[in-house]
Amino acid sequence: MTTIDVLDQPPAPATEIAAPRGRSGLRGLSLQTKVGGGILVAFVVAAVFAPLIAPYGSNELDFVHIYAAPSWSHLFGTDGAGRDVFSRTLYALRLDLGIVLLVTYPPLVLGVFLGALAGYFGGIVDAVIARIVDVMIAFPFMILVIAVIAIVGPGVKGVLIGVPIVAWALYARLARSQMLVLREQSFMLATVALGYSRKRAILRHAVPNLMRSSLIYSTLDMIANLLLLSGLAYLGLGAQPPTAELGSIIADGQSALLNAWWVTTLPGLVVVLFGLGAGLVGDGLSDGRLGGGVP
Amino acid sequence: MSVTSGSLLRIEGLRVEFDTPQGRVVGVRDASLSIRPGEIVGLVGETGSGKTMVCRSAMRLVPSPGRIAAGSIEFDGRDVLAMSQRRLREFRAHDIGMIFQDPFSSLNPVFRVGQQVSETLRVNLGLGKSEAHARALELLSDVGIRDAERRALSYPHEFSGGMRQRVMIALATASQPRLLLADEPTTALDVTTQAQILALLTRLSRERELAVLLVSHDFGVIAQVCNRVAVMYGGHIVEAGPIDAIYTNAQHPYTRGLLESIPRLESAGKRTRLPMITGDPPDPTDAVAGCVFKLRCRYRQPGCDEISMALEPVSPGHETACPVRPFAAADMPVTGAGARA
Amino acid sequence: MLSYLIRRIALAVVVLFGLLVATFFIIHLVPGDPVRIVLAGRATPQTVARVRHQLGLDRPLLGQFWLYVKNTLQGHFGTSFTLDAPVSELLKQRAGASAALIGYGMLVSLVIGVPLAIAAALRPNRVLDNEIRVGTTLTFAMPSFWLGLMLALIFGLKLAWFPVAGYSGGFVGILRTLTLPAFALGLALTAVVVRTLRSSLLEVMRSEYIEAARSRGLREVRIVGKHALRTSIMGTLTILSVNLGFLIGGTVVLEQVFQIPGLGTLLLEAVEKRDYQIVQALALLAGAAVVFASLAADVLQAVLDPRVRLAGR
Repeated sequence: MTTIDVLDQPPAPATEIAAPRGRSGLRGLSLQTKVGGGILVAFVVAAVFAPLIAPYGSNELDFVHIYAAPSWSHLFGTDGAGRDVFSRTLYALRLDLGIVLLVTYPPLVLGVFLGALAGYFGGIVDAVIARIVDVMIAFPFMILVIAVIAIVGPGVKGVLIGVPIVAWALYARLARSQMLVLREQSFMLATVALGYSRKRAILRHAVPNLMRSSLIYSTLDMIANLLLLSGLAYLGLGAQPPTAELGSIIADGQSALLNAWWVTTLPGLVVVLFGLGAGLVGDGLSDGRLGGGVP
Repeated sequence: MSVTSGSLLRIEGLRVEFDTPQGRVVGVRDASLSIRPGEIVGLVGETGSGKTMVCRSAMRLVPSPGRIAAGSIEFDGRDVLAMSQRRLREFRAHDIGMIFQDPFSSLNPVFRVGQQVSETLRVNLGLGKSEAHARALELLSDVGIRDAERRALSYPHEFSGGMRQRVMIALATASQPRLLLADEPTTALDVTTQAQILALLTRLSRERELAVLLVSHDFGVIAQVCNRVAVMYGGHIVEAGPIDAIYTNAQHPYTRGLLESIPRLESAGKRTRLPMITGDPPDPTDAVAGCVFKLRCRYRQPGCDEISMALEPVSPGHETACPVRPFAAADMPVTGAGARA
Repeated sequence: MLSYLIRRIALAVVVLFGLLVATFFIIHLVPGDPVRIVLAGRATPQTVARVRHQLGLDRPLLGQFWLYVKNTLQGHFGTSFTLDAPVSELLKQRAGASAALIGYGMLVSLVIGVPLAIAAALRPNRVLDNEIRVGTTLTFAMPSFWLGLMLALIFGLKLAWFPVAGYSGGFVGILRTLTLPAFALGLALTAVVVRTLRSSLLEVMRSEYIEAARSRGLREVRIVGKHALRTSIMGTLTILSVNLGFLIGGTVVLEQVFQIPGLGTLLLEAVEKRDYQIVQALALLAGAAVVFASLAADVLQAVLDPRVRLAGR
């Protein structure tokens, strides 16, 4: 036989040098992510513990101290009815962050799932889902939510219904286009060759790969949703007075803009700070590695 | 190949077609193949010869828009083409395994290596968590991954290509299948690693009575490990037989061309031209009358326009589709040392 | 390319149809009798019956939809009973201000965004780039109405450079009354433009034909400015068209902040007065605008980018 005598040798041990391991776990996160994450955590704490932190109630009227400038007793000053703006902001944050979480993450889950299905199966499933997604995305968010509120009436209810109707579509589109690429990778083919059910292939193997970019995107989405919420509140379409919402506090202060700038400026800065935190986290995650993931 | 009884896998008259916007493409025109238990069979051919499709068909893994248009596939007497989806899944889980060409996307990047092997043990063999974990470590060291306990915690991107292929092999053989389909498993690896992987496959085949269908475009790879080989061209099997017979006494002009184009060590330093088969492989959308190789064949005769590409015996177990037999007369050995015959 | 264009246009038609269906249901999902709502308090039994017939509400659902589609395609959006005028008239009156604002806003985002993106891409990950990145994250996080109010406070009230309410047409009028809201609108979009253009530039600059240009000794600025930019400009146009939805949303809010009589304030009035005809028409208009914008961007890209053209997609 002219074959090489590899057959009679014992198998060579796997001595190939593996790629260096990145730092895993929390140490592996970049500075950006940590700073941003810190900010977000601070916000969550402030929101959760608002009733304990806030020096005043959210609707404590005090007509003696109308439009008081910021001071130690009123960190953000007071508004036109003497209410402490800082306390109002804390309570508003509580409400708004809660809504933001509710309208960001459930649509993410639904959207990724539907997008994965559309990308995996193709054919008619894909055609139907993709077209619905296209229609949803065509609507400017704001207009659609306003239309829903026009039907349902202003208040938190309108936002909770209106935003998810469109929000899932963005994630579905993202997940679908990624699934189309993922489908061709050998390991997805291997799930079929190994006899795994399609359910397992999609849920256990594909979706975890798709989640990564959706989660990164959700940091941006949270900012966008918070901005949307506050915009709606500003327009008077959000939670109705006297409930404190970030946008309505700002709207209240508009009439006294020149003289009592703090009512409008400071709550807005709070929103910007939150956005900065979420943005830094999103940036940091998309730059670095987080335990493997689709290259 | 003449289809023998007692075979583990029997493919007869396989035809695989694709319906594309440019028209109907025939990937495999007519292929018959059989594999006996424990035997390593090679399937060699160039890109577009149809070898990958034959391999994929064995577990009905032909990607759409392709489909198996004709032929029969039997595994251990069971009709693979008639299996229901559930049966097919069980079949893939327990009786047959497959490893793929690209080691870089062959493992799920978000799960640890050990996890992926354990998963198949739990899902396909019903093992409990700790049992599966222990067995997974055994499997990993069995395929040559040292320090399996620590390495099992790594992610695929931390492994080199060769190691990933080993994991892939462990995964595919975890449920003790009787046949392993290997679709160009070493093409993306360097030569040293290639030799190691081939050695691994050979050892596993011997130790576990595992039959292997090894698909490659590289005759050198085939020659290292296979007992028998089939040569494919243009969707047909043009020659098949024991590796020795093919290597020393190939009867089909295409096979000879392939063998002659392997550079030999002795030709180093000599100013000779490597013989090559001129021309291009046939366009799979065109139907060719007669012999599918005729346009590139040095020994073409007028009668070649009418032959049927059926395999005829040369000696026991050795068949060829070439009725002209230009090499039969003087028992011409395969040269390939750079001289033009 | 032709087949690509045809498919793209067909897709747009399907989406528009979906929009028609969705907006059609706006009136029908409202709890209560749509007719009385539309009549807004002027409902006598005779007018109710007449309007019901006029709106086609006495027909089966499919017939109503067909009527709706027909009317829409002819530009008849019905009559507003709250504002006493045909809806199409109202739309025409107010469209100018909104269009001017959106256009001005886009211009601002490009004029500021493109140079910043180039500057960032020239020295990636150095000081300037990081500053720009943080800066854009900040502007992205600012609520547009808040930014508008801040600009109004500083440039309108304190410095009195611009008026803080109202709108006048004409070139000077637009510069005077729309500058503050356009900047508020544009700065947030700048963040998106800078990010996307920067990463697109970086990707292009890593490609081999740029290396080749560099090896021929061309100056970095020329390389980025001429070669890379041309390829990335299409990406930017796509961003703008995709973000038209965002711009429309921002316009609604900013028109309110600056009291500009545009389509945004019209929408809000309509919501307040429960005038569903107007809401429906504006929702449809907004959706259609986005569809046409992205279609235009795709077609333009197909025409200009030879890779798309030749691939036939």
